[in-house]
Amino acid sequence: MKARVHVMLKTGVLDPQGEAVRHALGAMGFDGVQGVRQGKVIELDLAEGATQADVEQMCEKLLANTVIESYTVEMA
Amino acid sequence: MRAAVVVFPGSNCDRDLAVAFEQAGAEVTMVWHKDSELPEGIDIVGIPGGFSYGDYLRCGAIAANSPICKSVAAHAARGGYVMGVCNGFQVLTETGMLPGALLRNAGLKYICKTVGLKVATQASDFTAGYAKGDVIDIPIAHHDGNYFADAETIAALKGEDRIAFSYTDNPNGAIADIAGILSENRRVLGMMPHPERAADAGHGGTDGVALFRALAGALATA
Repeated sequence: MKARVHVMLKTGVLDPQGEAVRHALGAMGFDGVQGVRQGKVIELDLAEGATQADVEQMCEKLLANTVIESYTVEMA
Repeated sequence: MRAAVVVFPGSNCDRDLAVAFEQAGAEVTMVWHKDSELPEGIDIVGIPGGFSYGDYLRCGAIAANSPICKSVAAHAARGGYVMGVCNGFQVLTETGMLPGALLRNAGLKYICKTVGLKVATQASDFTAGYAKGDVIDIPIAHHDGNYFADAETIAALKGEDRIAFSYTDNPNGAIADIAGILSENRRVLGMMPHPERAADAGHGGTDGVALFRALAGALATA
């Protein structure tokens, strides 16, 4: 089974990379992009029986830094 | 003073830090990241700068979960001294030994230059060799040195006099110009600038020497 984890900087934490992407899009003529936030996607290939709670533990302990990042887990 | 310097794959300031400790009179042991125990009788653990584990996932995140870091955390919990420089500061925040996190520099650029640092407190064995308000010249070399913590944490750091150093001209967007902070017991220091790179006349500056001398004085073997 697989899990997909999305990690994003929390609202209110400055994302300079997202800002740089926003500026670049504006410079390329894509008007109206009011904000860009950049995060990461982590795909996990898991043994049968792994639970969402297991993946959430992985997020808390390693995959996300909850001081600055939030995460969501999708099990598939 | 007996010091241990941790070496991760990708550490690149480990030798510099060891030499700075030695020049202050310390006996230094290098410790590999896969070791699970620190040598007996260590007074201070140095976590050096560099790019541990290639900065994969987040700077310091994988190092923070290495076997040696459990022992370093236990050493800190026993009241032992720990000093993390640059990537070492990132490792200390990732382990939770120090609060907050280091974000990408606000200007997005890797910055390598000597900056002015204000000594924000004299009240620690790391900063006792300076006077509060002294401005010292220390090099920085980082891409992710933009200190972040929530408002409550920043208020606590200020209220408890735990900001060790602040930038005179903020290079990276760090909240409250923070360059280095202390733990509650004032025995764990994390700082982005590199005092070990201003510890010899050949470096072009020696403003970091007072930090290592003060430590050696405080931790002199009885």
